[in-house]
Amino acid sequence: MGEEIKVIVFKLGEEEYGVEVEKVQSIERMVPITRVPRTYDFVKGVFNMRGVVIPVIDLRGRFGLSEAEYTDQTRIIIVAVGEMQVGFIVDSANDVIDLNTDNIETPPEVVGGVKAKYLRGVAKIGEERLLIMLNLSEVLNRSEMNQLEGLED
Amino acid sequence: MDMNQYLNMFIDESNDHLQSLNEKMLQLESSPTDLGIVQVIFRSAHTLKGMAATMGFEDLASLTHQMENVLDLVRNNKLAMQEFIFDTFFKGLDALESMVQNITEGGDGKADVSSIVASLQSIVRGDFQKSHTDAVTEAVTPKKAADSESEGLVLDQFQYSVLEQSISEGHRVYYIQVTISSESQLKAARAFMVFNTLENSGEIVKAYPSVQDIEQEKFEQNFSLYYITQKEVGELEKEIAGISEIESVSVVQLDQESLKQMSEVKAGLAETAAVQEAQVAVQQQTAASQPQSPTAASGAKPADGKAQVAKPAAPTHNRTIRVDIERLDVLMNLFSELLIDRVRLEQLASEASNPALTETVEHMSRVSSDLQNVVLKLRMVPVDTVFNRFPRMVRDLAKSLDKKLDLVITGADTEMDRTVIDEIGDPLVHLLRNSVDHGIESVETRIAAGKPETGTVHLRAFHSGNNVFIEIEDDGSGINREKVLKSAISKGIMTEEQAAAMSDEEAHQVLFAPGFSTAEVISDVSGRGVGLDVVKSKITSLGGNVTIHSVLGKGTNFSVQLPLTLSIIAAMMIQIGSEKYAIPLSSIVETAIVKRTQIRSVHGNKMIAFRESHIPLISLSQLFEVPDFNEDEEEETEVVVIRKGDRLAALSVQDFLGQSEIVLKNLGKYLPNIQGISGATILGDGQVALIIDPNVFIK
Repeated sequence: MGEEIKVIVFKLGEEEYGVEVEKVQSIERMVPITRVPRTYDFVKGVFNMRGVVIPVIDLRGRFGLSEAEYTDQTRIIIVAVGEMQVGFIVDSANDVIDLNTDNIETPPEVVGGVKAKYLRGVAKIGEERLLIMLNLSEVLNRSEMNQLEGLED
Repeated sequence: MDMNQYLNMFIDESNDHLQSLNEKMLQLESSPTDLGIVQVIFRSAHTLKGMAATMGFEDLASLTHQMENVLDLVRNNKLAMQEFIFDTFFKGLDALESMVQNITEGGDGKADVSSIVASLQSIVRGDFQKSHTDAVTEAVTPKKAADSESEGLVLDQFQYSVLEQSISEGHRVYYIQVTISSESQLKAARAFMVFNTLENSGEIVKAYPSVQDIEQEKFEQNFSLYYITQKEVGELEKEIAGISEIESVSVVQLDQESLKQMSEVKAGLAETAAVQEAQVAVQQQTAASQPQSPTAASGAKPADGKAQVAKPAAPTHNRTIRVDIERLDVLMNLFSELLIDRVRLEQLASEASNPALTETVEHMSRVSSDLQNVVLKLRMVPVDTVFNRFPRMVRDLAKSLDKKLDLVITGADTEMDRTVIDEIGDPLVHLLRNSVDHGIESVETRIAAGKPETGTVHLRAFHSGNNVFIEIEDDGSGINREKVLKSAISKGIMTEEQAAAMSDEEAHQVLFAPGFSTAEVISDVSGRGVGLDVVKSKITSLGGNVTIHSVLGKGTNFSVQLPLTLSIIAAMMIQIGSEKYAIPLSSIVETAIVKRTQIRSVHGNKMIAFRESHIPLISLSQLFEVPDFNEDEEEETEVVVIRKGDRLAALSVQDFLGQSEIVLKNLGKYLPNIQGISGATILGDGQVALIIDPNVFIK
């Protein structure tokens, strides 16, 4: 038997994604974001969350999907992995569900265009819903960003 | 039990103990007979051992245990501190430090310390003397032989452990004193009978006078001995008293505790003299063979209280608590949130123009500014936390360079923000090394120059205005202007004409030029290609400054000026398009407005005239790819002239928003280091503004 976990559910387009609740620090409405020059396009900038400056990335951009307009539903999900705190811009976030880890299956090769390494697996909820569980440490993997550090002007 | 929750406490306390051990060892080195210091060291080591054992760091505990064994001998006067022991101890402390460091980094604190342990054990056994200081043993032995009665009770380590072993194995150990009648004509024979009787039923471990001396009648009336047997006290007494011409006999049974006490007390009495003799011998010996090397750093005058850092560490109970710096950061963050709300409230109150509300908001403003001061002060720590590693460092350095010097530390309680403290260590190490290596002359040179053979390096810290000054002053050779300039010319840093026109002050500043070094010989310490320019740029990056004052033949003074805190800096706020940035005031020379016609193009780079020279003009909007501004359309451009060392550049911006005090924040772990951006700050409206790091714009 796997363990029961609580999962925050959010949407990018039509897909539903999940991330363990203990990795999520808070969910914020869209706030003004300060652009940070000379970094990746999907890094939208930084914002002030109660005195802490937190970088915000557009999760669609991170996954190589086309970016969407921000709406009333747009949320920033603040996740923490190790010492890293990052905000994800998502289309909406409005559900918390219980999930048994047994129900998470290895992801198929292609899911909505998102590279498989970013995904921990796919969980089936009820008859209809498919939930894509994120592999946060891969999403926040800096190794592909490190090449930016040598950037010359 | 889960030990993790105690780990931080363990690390903090271990570091404290190690620091105090280092300090006390240095003190002891300058007054090796002060057993008070040894007691303090012993207690510290003991506590450390206990903590390490509790936490399951076996290697740490066992090394400390070995050190404790040596200390135990020292505090009981069975062993005199000397150079070899000091060196071994310092090696041991270094090993302990790296183990704790390893634990701090999440390791298991394991390390191969077998060679140090072996050295410590050889000290305990006493055989290190045979190999290392034959002269000492020689000096001590005749003294012992010639000494009077009490010394007979001194047990060597082997005998002591035999006795101890016997007790723990359930044998009886007696200390027996026999007095032979003064009328006796055959003392030796009587004594022989006593020995004979005793040897029938046990083993004599040690006798005083020695068995030979007794046989040759070289004793008065008394002799005493340690004896192992199975017999009862009464039985023994009867047997001995039964021998004729025995005046009295006393038999005392020893347990481990009393054995220890006996050997300590009496040995103490006996050996104090011997120990002092031995020390004189050691000193004379070292002095004779290698005049420059003795207990270096702190000099050899115990009287004038070397380590001025350590105010006599009176065990005053600190009325303080330890707080994780991260919690203070959280407090600071929450507080800045409060400030933002305050600004907002003030705004609302003025709009509402309700006197009661305005009054309350004003009161809240005052309270919060007081609170701000308190919160900032919480982050202040004494520079002691950096200084405390220097006495040891200087000691080792002086030793390796064969120099004699005192390090005098004043103002170690001067407080600075934690963020500055964390950064300032390395530059200071560099400057101190420089003083010890280049500044202080060798003993011969000093004597020839009519100076005291022991050099002095002063390390001072003090507050002045919004700055902290740290000075490193030596009474060494001073800076040789000609030599510096010659070297600078040969390295192509300047021309001869330039050199000739320089004031002494300017000539001294040349030391900070990149690629400069006067070291003719590459020593262990300097000449490794890292020059004072690194020190200078580090201090500059902290918003500070360093100046040199030097008199040839008299000495050199490096004065480092640093801001009290790095978490709040004065900055110029600027606007480019819809974006706001902060430029630290410390690197701004001035602001100006230039007309488009004043901008020249040199090799495709934009330059502007500034004070009779041309400096590069850098477009921030282009560099940062600001989407909604382009100054190419402007007739007049606002520029900020920035400085890095002697070099200048101008940054073009759209508007100046004015000067303000900003709280520094970092950008978080996720973002890579972005060139030109050193951090962020939160503005009054809650938005984030990036802080520009002007240093990278000037190559």
